[in-house]
Parts: sequence; structure tokens; C-alpha cells
Amino acid sequence: MLDATLISEFCGFLGKENVLTDPADRFTYAYDAAVLDPVVPEIVLRPTSGKALGQAVRLCNENRIPLTVRGAGTNLSGGTIPKANGAVILTNALNRILEINEADMYAVVQPGVVTATLAAAVEKKGLFYPPDPGSQSVSTLGGNVSENAGGLRGLKYGVTRDYVMGIQFFDVNGQPVKTGSRTVKCATGYNLTGLLVGSEGTLGIFDEIILKLIPLPAHQKALMAVFDDIHQASETVAAVIAERIIPATLEFLDNFTIRAVEDYSRAGLPVEAAALLLIELDGHRVQVEEDADKVASLCRNLGASTVRVAKDPAERDKVWSARRSALSALAKLKPTLILEDATVPRSRIPDMVRAIQEISAAHGLAIGTFGHAGDGNLHPTILTDRRNTEEWTRVEKAIDAIFDRALALGGTLSGEHGTGIAKSRYLEKETSPGTILYSRRIKAALDPNHILNPGKIIG
Amino acid sequence: MSDINAIARLMRELEDQLVVCMRCGMCQAVCPVFSRTGREADVARGKLALLDGLMEALFENPEGVHERLNRCLLCGSCAANCPSGVKVLDIFLKARAILTGFMGLSPAKRVVLRGLLSRPEVFDRAMEWAGRFQRIFTKPANEIIGTSCARIASPLLKDRHFHPLAPEAFHQETPEMDTPVGKSGLRVGFFVGCLIDKVFPRVARASLRVMERYDVGVFLPKHQGCCGIPALSSGDRKTFLRLLHHNLNLFEVGSFDVLVTACATCTATIKKIWPVMVQDQSAALQDRVRRLSEKTEDISAFIVSRFNPAPADHQEGASAVTYHDPCHLKKSLGVFREPRRLIQANPEYRLVEMAEADACCGMGGAFNLQYYEISTQIGTLKRDRIVDTGASVAATGCPACMMQLSDMLSRKNDRLSVCHPIEIFSQIKRLS
Repeated sequence: MLDATLISEFCGFLGKENVLTDPADRFTYAYDAAVLDPVVPEIVLRPTSGKALGQAVRLCNENRIPLTVRGAGTNLSGGTIPKANGAVILTNALNRILEINEADMYAVVQPGVVTATLAAAVEKKGLFYPPDPGSQSVSTLGGNVSENAGGLRGLKYGVTRDYVMGIQFFDVNGQPVKTGSRTVKCATGYNLTGLLVGSEGTLGIFDEIILKLIPLPAHQKALMAVFDDIHQASETVAAVIAERIIPATLEFLDNFTIRAVEDYSRAGLPVEAAALLLIELDGHRVQVEEDADKVASLCRNLGASTVRVAKDPAERDKVWSARRSALSALAKLKPTLILEDATVPRSRIPDMVRAIQEISAAHGLAIGTFGHAGDGNLHPTILTDRRNTEEWTRVEKAIDAIFDRALALGGTLSGEHGTGIAKSRYLEKETSPGTILYSRRIKAALDPNHILNPGKIIG
Repeated sequence: MSDINAIARLMRELEDQLVVCMRCGMCQAVCPVFSRTGREADVARGKLALLDGLMEALFENPEGVHERLNRCLLCGSCAANCPSGVKVLDIFLKARAILTGFMGLSPAKRVVLRGLLSRPEVFDRAMEWAGRFQRIFTKPANEIIGTSCARIASPLLKDRHFHPLAPEAFHQETPEMDTPVGKSGLRVGFFVGCLIDKVFPRVARASLRVMERYDVGVFLPKHQGCCGIPALSSGDRKTFLRLLHHNLNLFEVGSFDVLVTACATCTATIKKIWPVMVQDQSAALQDRVRRLSEKTEDISAFIVSRFNPAPADHQEGASAVTYHDPCHLKKSLGVFREPRRLIQANPEYRLVEMAEADACCGMGGAFNLQYYEISTQIGTLKRDRIVDTGASVAATGCPACMMQLSDMLSRKNDRLSVCHPIEIFSQIKRLS
């Protein structure tokens, strides 16, 4: 139990209504979207200003209270699961867009701004914030930066990392630290921005984030290609890239996923198809049209049985609604859904697709595969019921196997979901003992009391 | 502790429904209460986690969970947006019943639900009396909307601008009706609903006028009861079942093609909630409920599907009207085109859409009584959207939403009137 004086100290600068200690309230901050055991924190704090955020961090450090920052709690690797004796600091009251600078094309936001809210606000001004993680309608930008979140547009536009120009954050003592700037170029000091992006709340606590914006593309075109052979589809992905065409999105759905989507939405998808590719090109009208023709004929040459090109926004929407409902459709089949995101160099997509099929058969599990094939980031999605312990053992083995195969293909454990708790023990496999040691030294130097989201990334 | 274990055992019945939630958190995008408070315990994911905790007997005292479970509008926005298809409303209503079963009803709720609501005739008489006395305690607040506010400070009324009880309830002027199948070849049962009966009898009148114009026979038995949702949302299954039996007995004796209501909440309750809440009852009762609920329809859906009134070109100087989607019509039943069609069919009105027409108005029945401040914050957003359209009329297919819109608009002294689409439709001079 936390000391009553300390609780009232928190209440003093946060306001009583922003300090939650009731067991029922605390219980609702014990989990995130990862399939892991919940851990109930001791206290939940909801600062409403940057200043109060810094004070909360300092007080936690002084009292050796482990703290976990939480945005929308949509993390898929357990990064927002707190410690039992710890505090959860909520950022959802720090949700102001502080500046949208049209002349210099950047935005300054507080960490609790919802991704889709910023995207919509800049779009109104003809600007574009491309990172679009699946949870964008609720996820926060602070969370996106902490996890280096990706999305459907990674192939052409990159991931969150590519849009962070600078961060103002609090160190563990509550001291403000400034890194990066509002300029396109900035060569001063260590690249602390690079260190903090994807650090999952283990090195510092974000106060303000400067994000790069780009012009909104003028024209879009969507295509759907149907394949009777899954490998033809994955080879087409590699071929499109080899042709030096970079679509904004290049998504893959396997037969299992297609059937699930069709059962769910009756969108008229070809349920006999082995795989679908959903492709969107954007940019200047002339180039988009030219590239679309090239992609369509590439698909046909490589064995697509049909290629449908969306003629208007309504048809385009239809193409994407199939992809958007993939996760929902799969989620409805079984109680537990494990969404993996092991990623391989994009030319190895055909090998990875084959590997997942083998793993699914070898472990006798239902695995639907869809995802961002264009950037090598597939989402093998294992459907199970966690209460079935025998099957759960097989699921764990299958996850190990997916990681091993991805690494063997020169890939990574996580394209966009982060290391968190879920992948922490595999990190050395991907890197080296020296890498873990180096990371631990940085962590020990910056957080000597080990209170910043302990247990994540490096254990 | 024994209670906690007993509750845990009962909660196990919900386990298969509870495990469906994968904690993705997408409900945060649409929950009107969460958007105001930012508290996880206010959003479906948090509440489902709390119920999981109860099932695992992780709490010493169920009161904290019970309290948080009740902080919900039951609007169903989360369920409509849930990737995994969690049946949030079914779970919440069943869980409220389990918890209330252990903790009992508050004394005030006991009086209102068990003493009044569960006995339709007594309820009607009590409200008739209240109607006579209310003028002593309240004064008119806005003559266009027709609201009142308290003359003296009242803990219950606060600063509400509420619609007073009608001087004469609908059942007083039309206690019953039984007209034969007309030229339309159709006959409907008409379920009035408490709010239309006692606060908005004009909606029932308009409904019957439309039935008459289409020559549809009407079966309207006397002493109709409440659909049961206020009892159920307070966890009072006993009163709920009593009302269900009462209404079932009344309507089963009549023969009709469709059971029509002009109240979104009554329609959704009879159609969606009744069958779910009798799953543990006899097969015979389940069958009776299913037969009635299957033929229950919202009035606008009934009119549009049977008579397909054409949209009219609106006249010069037509009144601008904006339409608010009640959660229980759009999210629960998928009915949103039909009420708009009723409005568009009248050339004297011009429909202008508000932003986020399907965002909840914040009423939520008992929620409004218990959490008036949050309810008002949500309602004020809705009010702003309505006023932004410049419309002079706000229409909505649910009398509970009508009350909330009236309160919110009246508090800001807006010069808009609030009505039901069937009222607009019933004013058409020549039906196509």
C-alpha cells in the first residue's frame, strides 16, 4: 500500500479526481491488448498539464515507484502492463494539438493526442501525417512514438520514426530534456530523438512531440488482384517492388482470411481464391495512372486470375473495407487471437508465407495470414482459446517457430508492435549478448532506480 | 466473502461471452461517457475487465464494480463498433441483474420499480395525479420547446428543463382500440410506451392518424405496461419479467401482422432484449416471446417497408429540420434511412443533416438521473451540432431522446421545436 501522505501529495498537484486508488479503478489499468496476464497497479495518475506530468515522474522516482505511461492501452506486446507496486500515468488528458505549422509543415502535439485526430486536423489543411496503425482511431501519438508504430502505408511512407523531428521529454528526475528541432535539418547534440523513439517508456517520458507533415497526395488508385496460387501472389509482391514501383499500400490476404471476411461482411470476395493482393497507388495523377496499368499487367503476367481496378471512390472504399475488416472477421472465429508481426526483408515474403503455412500444419493450428506484404510485415494471426491449455502449448511453440523462421530469413521479431514483455526474452536471438548489455548500461545510467517501465524490452 | 464467491459462480454464466473481448480498446473511439471522462472504467473494455475480475472473485467487495457498471448509457455504440462482436448490452444487463440480486435495489428504485412500474394500472393513476400537481412545483421555461423547470430548488429536478407530464395521458383519451383490417389489408398492434403515453401523447396521436390514413387496422389493448427496460437497466429482473408477462398476455389475445411502436427504446427492448433475457425461462415462454419480438417494428420502418412514401420536392420556405439518430434505432436495429424518408416525404420540411447525427444524446434513461452532469456534457455536444445546422426543428425517433434534446436546447434558450418524424409525416396534406 502506498503511504497516505504520498497519495495526498499526488492529489495536491494533480487534483483529487486525477488520482485513482480504488481497487476497481486500478483493476482497469492492469492490461493492454496483448495476450498476457494482467497486473494491477497501486495507483493511477492522470496529469492534465506537462508541468504536472514532470512533477509526477519526479515524485515516483523519489519514492522508487515503478511507473508505466499509458495512452490508449492498445499495445500488442504488453508495453503498458504495469508493475504490481507501481503507478500508471495516463496521458489522455494531455491531448492538445499545440501547433500545426503549414509554412514549415510540422505539428507539435501533446502525447495524448489521438493519431486519427491529428491526421484529420492536418488533412483539413491539405497536409498529410501518414503513419496509420490499425488502432489509429484510439491510439495516441505518444504511444505511437514510444512503440515506433507502423501501419498500412509503411512501404512508401515509412513508420512513425520517420516523422519525429523532435521531442521534449522528462528524464527520470522530472528534468525537461530537449532533442531535435522544428527545422528539417538538425545536427546538434546526440540524436536522442532516435534513442527515445521506440524506447517504450523506459528512458524518458514525453511531454511534447514535433511531427513532420507532408503534402497530401493529389490522386489515388486502388486495385484488387485475385490469385489461385498463394505463392504467385507473394511473388507478385516482390516483382512489383523489383519493377521500382512503390505503392502506398500493398496488402495481402490468404484464403483463410478471405473466407473469414466474406462470412462476416458478404462483400462479394472470391472465396475460392488462394490469396488477394490489395494495392493502392498515390501521387501525381499521370504517374499514378501509368503505374496502376503497369501493376495490373504485372499481376496478370504473374498469374492473377482477375485484376479489378476501382473506378471511383465508392469502389475504392469497397476494396479497402475488405482489408479493414480482416482482423474483426478473424477475431469473431475464436475467443483468443494472437496477432504476430514478425517481419522479413520484403523480397523474402514468398518464403515467409510458405513458412507460416508449414508452421500452421505442423502445430495443427488455425492461422490466418494477412498484412503489409509490401514492406515485409505480415500478420500471421493465430486463433485459439487460451483456456485450452493443451492447444495453448502448441500456440507458444508455433510463435517460437514463427520467430525462428523470420530471423533465419534475415528478419525481425517485430515490425511494428514493439518488444514489450512479449518479445523481451527473444531479443538476444535477434541481436547479441553484447547488444543487450549495451542497452542495459544505457538504461542503468539514465534510470538508476529502475523505475521507468521496468521489465520491458531488455527484461 | 461468501457473496463474492456466489457472484463469481453466477458470473461464470457469462464467461463464454466475456472471453470474446480481446481488449483491443476500439470501444474508446465511440463511447460517449469515456469521451468526457477519459476513465477506462467508463468504457466497455474496462467494464468487461471488471466483470472478469468478479468472475475470478478478485474483489473483496462487489460494490465498486456495480457502481462502475451502472455508469453506462447502454447506448450500444461500443457493441456496434466492436471488432470481436462482444454482446456488450446483453452482458451488462445480465451482470446488472446478478449484482442487483445480491445488493438489492436502492429504496428509491424499489418504490419506483416494484411499487409503481411493475403495476401498470397503479403507475398510470399515480402519473395522472402527478400531472395535476406538477404545475404547482414547476414553471414554463421555453414555450417553443414546451419545457418547464423547477420553481424552487429541487434535488431531483436540479436545473433540468424537462417536458412536463401531458395534462392528459394518451391512455386517458384513447384507453383502447380495436379496428378491423382496412383497405391496406394490414392490422397492427400498437405498443404505446410510457414516455409517449405520459409525456408525448401527440406522438401516439400522430401514429394513429397515419394508420387511419393508410387504412391500417389497429389493436390497442388497455392498461399497457412499460417495456421493462428501466427495471432491467437497474438490474431488477423480477419487475422486468412481470412487465414482460403483462404485455405478452395483453398482446397475444389480438391478431395483428406487426407490433408497431414509435419509441426506439421500446422497439429495441422488445425485439432484441426480451429474447435474450428469457433464455433461462421455459421453452414455451421463449417461444411466445420470440413470436412477438419477431413481429415488432419501429413505426418508420413499418411505414416505409409497407407503403414506401416517395420523397417530395420541398416547397419554397420549407422549415429546416435536422434528424438525430437514436442509438436504439440505428445502432441496435439498423433503422436510420426510414425516419429520414418520413421527413423527406413532407414537402413543407427540408432535411439538413447535422454532423455525427448518430452520436448518442447522453440520455440513457436512469443514467441521466444518476449522472446528470456527464449526461449534460454529452447532450450539450449534441445541442451544438443541432444548432449548427440552422434548423428550426429537431426530430428524433425516440421519446427519451426527445426529452434530452428538449432539455439541452431549452437550457440554452434555443428557439427550436423537438418532434418525432411520425408527427412530421402525419402533417402531410396529401399522401402519395
